[in-house]
Amino acid sequence: MNNRLRRVVGFWALFSGPALWWGLVLLVPYLMMLAISFYTQQFPFHVPDFQLGNYLTLIGDSQYYGVLGRSVKVALLVSVAAFCLSYPLAYFLAFKVQSSRLRMFLYIATIVPLWVSYLLRAYTWKTILGSEGILNSFLMWLGIINEPSTIFLYNEFAMVITMAYIFTPFMVMPIYASLEKIPPSLMEASKDLGAGRWRTFIKITLPLTMPGILAGFTFTFGLSVGDFISPILVGGPYSNMIANVVATQFGISMNWPLGSALSVVLLFIVLGIITASDKLERVGRLNMG
Amino acid sequence: MAVLTAEGTTGATRRRRPFDISNSTLAVAAACVLAFLYVPIATLMVFSFNSNPVTKLPLTEFTFAWYEKALSNPDLMAAVWNSVVVGLCAVCICIAIGVPTALALDRYNFPGKTVFRRLVILPITLPGLITGVSMLTMFRSAGIELSLLTVIIGHGTALTAIVVTNVFARLQRFDRRIEEASADLGARPLQTFWYVTLPNIKSALIGSSLISFTLSFDEIPVTFFLTGRDNTLPMYIWSVIRRGITPEINAIGTIIVGISIILILVSVFIMHEDNQRAGPVRK
Repeated sequence: MNNRLRRVVGFWALFSGPALWWGLVLLVPYLMMLAISFYTQQFPFHVPDFQLGNYLTLIGDSQYYGVLGRSVKVALLVSVAAFCLSYPLAYFLAFKVQSSRLRMFLYIATIVPLWVSYLLRAYTWKTILGSEGILNSFLMWLGIINEPSTIFLYNEFAMVITMAYIFTPFMVMPIYASLEKIPPSLMEASKDLGAGRWRTFIKITLPLTMPGILAGFTFTFGLSVGDFISPILVGGPYSNMIANVVATQFGISMNWPLGSALSVVLLFIVLGIITASDKLERVGRLNMG
Repeated sequence: MAVLTAEGTTGATRRRRPFDISNSTLAVAAACVLAFLYVPIATLMVFSFNSNPVTKLPLTEFTFAWYEKALSNPDLMAAVWNSVVVGLCAVCICIAIGVPTALALDRYNFPGKTVFRRLVILPITLPGLITGVSMLTMFRSAGIELSLLTVIIGHGTALTAIVVTNVFARLQRFDRRIEEASADLGARPLQTFWYVTLPNIKSALIGSSLISFTLSFDEIPVTFFLTGRDNTLPMYIWSVIRRGITPEINAIGTIIVGISIILILVSVFIMHEDNQRAGPVRK
């Protein structure tokens, strides 16, 4: 056997199995979902009668804009909240903790909550914010309120705080990584040239951590816009988010074509965010030379 | 870090305020964020030992009752067992598919490689919901009944990306000349893989398997759509907490939290140690 042939044989010996697997259980399902989004629903079945109706329904029915708009709004609020929580923590870890051992310990402490069951982390907010919950009983004990309040749970605020809590470690990780890469000499130089603390931060630190911030926003936004569990647990009447509508169409409503069309929209939102943040990062890198 | 050291050493000559407001504000803010991350987890743990069936303050008596109740609940234990089985089978799939995929990506160029690489990591890039409903579509259209097997295939597909990325990263640091030497010395490809390649990717493999198992143990969005009559642990917890709050869940939650943290710390430690030893990226 010549070398070239041997390489080809080697490649297929290695790869035919995985290729078959990935094709069958990953590519086919995605393509199938795309195809079904053009099918026609004839309750309780869907028939391969290709048309744009499902997408037209999404565009034509203002109810779906509302859901879509609210999902994007909540996902953005979650990302902003996670950012506000993450940056000071990451900055403190990267620049203010002197002992490298302590820094490693605190960093691991920050990402450990990621490995605590997602469901339990969402559920614990229900026990904190509920009318019989910890926050209420605490406020009553302090004497601030006289009777349990129902304003904390089952609204957008509860969804944002719960998801921000769950996804904050995803924001801390990339921001910390980008802060760590900044050569301290740059900040010293800025100081030596007379820039104050804030000026150094705005002109040097913040721009240099943009890639990390973008990555963090991409993670948190994608995760929260696709989350349908937290909204059900703590969102109450506001839990009708795009991911929940998809889940309903595949479950109770059994309208797969519409559900597929919505998943395709969701897929493009997430892929769009990922591509946009990639582009922004590249542009940023070019501008900074 | 070095900024602080510089400030610290030159602090005497550079007139500094005795109490630096900005630094302490930052420390307080960081402490608050860490507290925010841990108070809910601590809540879960504390109330798993509290006798009041309602999760509210003040605390009442200390008790193990919820643990006893949880551990003697047959539905819950069946769900735990299902999760263990699903997790182990999913990890086997992850390894069986992930290792050859990573090897192929590392050493061969083939048409559509970039697209393929993107496709493989899609399940960890896109919301789990999308992978879940698309696989549901496929199984149902093929007339396959939903069961633990479909859940296993779902987890295997969604989590293999973790093994692929970790093993691929490890292969990039691995000196291929060792493999060539092994081949020159007459080893067959499988022998070279077993005696040379495998020991080198072992830690990445163990680490990513542990991570995959932990994630499978916690997986909801994919499981939600692919599960049949048998519940995994998260699906059982989900069905209970939708009805109401029970301290039994706090107890089982505390146990899971403990076990997952141990598994993850072990895997982080294994991979970290190994990366330190392996040196810089080759390519």
